[in-house]
Amino acid sequence: MKVRIPTPLRSYTDQRAEVDADGATLSELLVDLDRRYPGIRFRMVDEQGRIRKHMKLFLNGESARDLDTPVAESDEVVIMQALSGG
Amino acid sequence: MFLGHVMQHAVLDPRDGRTILLATRTGHLGPTVFRSTDLGRSWTEATRPPAFASGDPLNRSLRAVFWLTPGHADEPGVWYAGGTPQGLFRTEDAGDTWQPVAGWNDHPMWATWAEWPDENTPDGSMLHSIIVDPRDRAHLYLGLSAGGVFESTDAAGDWKPLNAGCLALFQPDPEPEFGHDPHCVRLHPLQPDRLYQQNHCGIYRMERGDGRWLRVGDNMPREVGDIGFPIELHPRDPDTAWVFPMDGTDVWPRTSPDGRPAAYVTRDAGESWARCDDGLPEQAWFTVKRQAMTVDAGEPLGVYFGTTSGEVWGSTDEGATWHPIVQHLPEVYSVEYGETA
Repeated sequence: MKVRIPTPLRSYTDQRAEVDADGATLSELLVDLDRRYPGIRFRMVDEQGRIRKHMKLFLNGESARDLDTPVAESDEVVIMQALSGG
Repeated sequence: MFLGHVMQHAVLDPRDGRTILLATRTGHLGPTVFRSTDLGRSWTEATRPPAFASGDPLNRSLRAVFWLTPGHADEPGVWYAGGTPQGLFRTEDAGDTWQPVAGWNDHPMWATWAEWPDENTPDGSMLHSIIVDPRDRAHLYLGLSAGGVFESTDAAGDWKPLNAGCLALFQPDPEPEFGHDPHCVRLHPLQPDRLYQQNHCGIYRMERGDGRWLRVGDNMPREVGDIGFPIELHPRDPDTAWVFPMDGTDVWPRTSPDGRPAAYVTRDAGESWARCDDGLPEQAWFTVKRQAMTVDAGEPLGVYFGTTSGEVWGSTDEGATWHPIVQHLPEVYSVEYGETA
């Protein structure tokens, strides 16, 4: 399925904004993404399997915090990162 | 490259003169380490960056790699990293894959020593000042902000506090066994039984035979005080050290005392201190972080520091006179000297 990549993570995807990855859940999808683009998962998910504080995943436009959420081939996953400070 | 990343520490491996490790993170992405084996022309991210063990009983996750220390001269490829929270990590392949150091991270006293899960410093508690005794690869020191100085004599298997004589004025007991806030700890390579530290509560020296920290910062001018972050040692003279005092009054404004930047040098192991401000601005509002001051190996010695206002200053005469090297940078976190192969 298609996964949208935010600019802070595009150094891992050769600057590609949209990439393919597979999996039956969001967790599996991120593992597959890391297999294709080594290192990208740990920047988003910590060593205890938690999505980092200011990272957000959207599944078909809805925020998804549970990495066990099932995904299907037709779904669209968007990874976003808050940019904060002032 | 790395524009916008926070570089907590950048260190050249003194054992090969060509490997550089960078401890880095960005605002919200997880922490990592980058490596270069060609003096910075190209960089590769660690295959397995420092991290606590998955399934960690305390549910810890690393938020920053804060400190890097090359291992013993007889252990090429070994490095140590300290983090936020106060984890210790080790690599044996020059920074490509890192493992948590169980003897420290899983020590039965870790949560007490690290005051887990409290965060006692503004940017999060951190482990720093990892020191390997040049005589003995199994003899290690480290500093916790907060927590204190700790020592291992069995290659990080077990640890003991090493804080006797050091004040912790922010604790109910001002001289506790642990709970201190060392800002920067240094061991003299030619006299490895001598330690110096710039602490939250003053400048100290310890002769291991004495076993107690002595507050040599009491010999600083009273109007300047002995609060700051970095302390740097002369590599050929165990009696010579430089500090960069910070205003330790009120809310700790992270500026020089009275807005008058200066380094101070001691030539007698802290018994007396001399102001070094020739060439520095008469009035400026910055300070120097703990990794942002260093010395080279020249004769006379060069001394360098980077500021929170984005400047790097240098002295080629051991601090007698200063000149700006770089200006108009963002906040400077790390200034290190290294000799290339």
